[in-house]
Amino acid sequence: MKKIKYFIFTVFLFLVGCGNEARSTLNPQGEVGKLQLQLMKISTWIMVFVIVVVLVLFIIILLKFIEKKDNKDFIPEQVEGNRKLEIIWTIVPILLILILAIPTVYYTFKLAVTDTEVVNKSKYLVNVNARLFWWEFEYVNEEFITSQELVIPVGKKVYFQLKGHDVKHSFWIPSLGGKQDTNVERTNRMYLIADKPGVYNGYCAEFCGASHALMQFTVKALPLDEYEQWVKNMKTKEKVSTNLNGEEIFNSKCSGCHSTDPLDPRPLKARIAPNLGNFADRPLVTGILKNSNQNIKEWLNDPEKYKPGNKMTNTYGELTEEETNKLIEYLNSLTR
Amino acid sequence: MQLARKQSLFKTILEYFVTVDHKKIGLLYLFSGLFFLVCGTVLALLMRIQLAVPENDFLSGQTYNEVMTMHGTTMIFFAATPLIFGLMNYIVPLQIGARDVAFPFINALGFWFFLFGGIFLYSSFLFGEVPDAGWTAYASLAVVSKGHGVDFYLLALQLSGAGTIMSGINFLVTIVNMRAPGMSYMRLPLFTWTSFITSALIIFAFPAFTIGLILLLFSRLFGAQYFNVAIGGNTVIYEHLFWIFGHPEVYILVLPIFGVFSEIFSTFSKKRLFGYNSMVFAVILIGFLGFMVWAHHMFTVGLGPFANAIFAIATMAIAVPTGIKIFNWLLTLWGGSIRLTTPMLYGLGFIPSFIIGGVTGVMTASAAADYQFHDSYFVVAHFHYVIVGGIVFGILGGLHYWWPKMFGYMLNETLGKISFAVLFVGFHTTFFVLHFVGLMGMPRRYFTYLKDQDFGDLNYISTIGSYILVLGLVLIVFNYIYSTVIREKAVNDPWNGRTLEWSIPSPPPMYNFKQVPQVNSLDAFWYEKMKGNSNMSSPDELSDIHMPSNSSLPFFMALGFFIASYGLMFLDKGSNNIAFITLVIGGIIAFGSMVLRSTIEDKGYYITKKQLSEEDPK
Repeated sequence: MKKIKYFIFTVFLFLVGCGNEARSTLNPQGEVGKLQLQLMKISTWIMVFVIVVVLVLFIIILLKFIEKKDNKDFIPEQVEGNRKLEIIWTIVPILLILILAIPTVYYTFKLAVTDTEVVNKSKYLVNVNARLFWWEFEYVNEEFITSQELVIPVGKKVYFQLKGHDVKHSFWIPSLGGKQDTNVERTNRMYLIADKPGVYNGYCAEFCGASHALMQFTVKALPLDEYEQWVKNMKTKEKVSTNLNGEEIFNSKCSGCHSTDPLDPRPLKARIAPNLGNFADRPLVTGILKNSNQNIKEWLNDPEKYKPGNKMTNTYGELTEEETNKLIEYLNSLTR
Repeated sequence: MQLARKQSLFKTILEYFVTVDHKKIGLLYLFSGLFFLVCGTVLALLMRIQLAVPENDFLSGQTYNEVMTMHGTTMIFFAATPLIFGLMNYIVPLQIGARDVAFPFINALGFWFFLFGGIFLYSSFLFGEVPDAGWTAYASLAVVSKGHGVDFYLLALQLSGAGTIMSGINFLVTIVNMRAPGMSYMRLPLFTWTSFITSALIIFAFPAFTIGLILLLFSRLFGAQYFNVAIGGNTVIYEHLFWIFGHPEVYILVLPIFGVFSEIFSTFSKKRLFGYNSMVFAVILIGFLGFMVWAHHMFTVGLGPFANAIFAIATMAIAVPTGIKIFNWLLTLWGGSIRLTTPMLYGLGFIPSFIIGGVTGVMTASAAADYQFHDSYFVVAHFHYVIVGGIVFGILGGLHYWWPKMFGYMLNETLGKISFAVLFVGFHTTFFVLHFVGLMGMPRRYFTYLKDQDFGDLNYISTIGSYILVLGLVLIVFNYIYSTVIREKAVNDPWNGRTLEWSIPSPPPMYNFKQVPQVNSLDAFWYEKMKGNSNMSSPDELSDIHMPSNSSLPFFMALGFFIASYGLMFLDKGSNNIAFITLVIGGIIAFGSMVLRSTIEDKGYYITKKQLSEEDPK
């Protein structure tokens, strides 16, 4: 028993120390995540205290009160109860819970975004549109769109307005902070802050179908000046069409759903596929595969294999080897 | 009675189809529950194999979702519930000194509804359209799920839910009305008390679920628009309905287990339950608060900080009565003379396991922190600690404890202890590491995880643990079979028990108590034994016993609804009439049986005084 406890303790320390900063709630990289970790720690310590008290009693009982061989007929005293003790173990838990309840309520209100005015006026505001099985990020003030990769400035409070457009999803970047659901009937609001530049993992955390596990995205936190440059590029930089042939294929096969223009003027309802405006800059294809020619090719050949249940399969007909290569070349030119 | 033993196997089996005896129905519940437990365990193993290594392709995303949905649905509705109902059915009437439940016919009806619900759910595998929207079947996803999978889920749960409500009413009335003389409320054994509260919870919780299911069913089958957001529908309402049921459901399952362990701790430490009154009070309080906390499953839905804070505090409040129970149990053991029998090992294993499940529950109640815990593997670990470490341990311990009473022979102790040890190690290995998988950022209900995300090692450990866990279950089932073959005869009171069921023969005769016992104290039988009496006394003379007669109608009523459900589901296959005909045939069977039930007068029968005294020559 004791050995197990030591083992557990060591494992615990190991894990707390080693949570990967790209995705662990134990190694948060921003204010929200840090506040939440603080609350998690408070509750953990209170609970460890409870466990220790119970286990100490429990071990004493196991050491002292196991029936002895020569004592089989012993009938213990039939104790009815003990008011004093019972009052103690009612009051003490109430106190422990109060200790936990106060920061819980405080943090719950602190993290809540209730004032839509503040959100609307905020400088950094992103609409998150969740769909089966991809994410669209709409930069409200800057009026451009990107998909699968969220870019945010370091050290700034970034507000999010979350909505699901087919079924319910949930928007979660563990190392930056807790999740909020993207409901289908109503917009949820939250904020996150990244303390330092880096790349973080984002997940869908509400069961949404066959590729729920693959509905991932990346978050890139950039220093403010780089971020501003990025915004500028997204808004103004023209796409470089070096590959007219590939663009032609794209226009005939893909552009019905995908746009390559971050300033895509179509309304939300018509934007049924990820915006590919800065496709070549993104680290991942479809949120899960490393962005390489090989992976784009395999994805184009059989999207169903990589994201079962996706809406892209069988919508663009067969592509010949040559067409695929041209298309990849074109996609690789989509940089900002 | 003597005749019963000589009848043919066929007749014995037939008897189980028509029985209204609470003991036989209890056994039916237990064995069908064990069957579904095996099914659910196999599904769990499939998932653990899939998750052992990153980017595994053992199961596809769709298949994994189906397996996961079936695992959750099976374990909650078709394994845990019937196993607990089995114990309640068998033991509660014995503990209160009753000859049967209040409504034996409804008791049988409830069982057949449950069983046909389970068969209906599993027949989805034959049709190749398996439920895939999770055991919660949240509306936005469930409505758009293709094929008839989710319909199987909805109709199966309507069937079994009807059975559950019937049983809830039945137990409630039984405990109110059928108690032996002197068995006041504050002398009820704790297992009976907890069954009483559980029954009340069922009656209040299940209707909410039924409504949610009906809304979904109408949306899927008849094109109702409750959840169509474009025209003002709302899917969050389903989440509320589901969790208004779903959270009390946890207590519906775990309260009887608190009762089981209260009996076990008391019996095997040879002490009366410490703080009986506060134990009863705590159970009532948990049951009551259980209805006030459902939205803690919905902290991330965006109900706003007020709702979240209130539900957070209400949830934490449940820790207080639960704490009272834990400490009362510890103080029951304190100063006792603890016998390390197999049921007691389950009890001793339950305390640390359940404490871990309980404290992680309080942690997730902390709303702002729950934004991180919610829908991650941390939650998976949390509720498996409660369900396996609490409910499954309780069912297995309770079965081992009452087995000699039910069958008249003992379960092998050595095998019992070994299997418990294996189960305990396997359980903790499987689920302890999952806390950390969640904290490291892995969301739940993921059929796979990517190679470069470091969830692999701990998931691998968990999979190894699940094999050990399953080995433990296999050993337990082996023990049941082995002990049945060996048949080591049990005396009436093998554990030196304290409650009424130990005062009658093992297995009990069909009328349970030849004469209704007079109860003089809490732990009635122990009280008599301490006074030197080996039997319970009775206020009445030996007299004829009125018994309910067997009936095949419950089976046919449930069968009718079962058949009609297929018809209802396939109505959309427009052009052929088979579905409609099936619906009509099922309806005729069901309502025809009801008509027969209403018109045939059944006054039951009597076991005469003469038969009673002949049977048991002193």
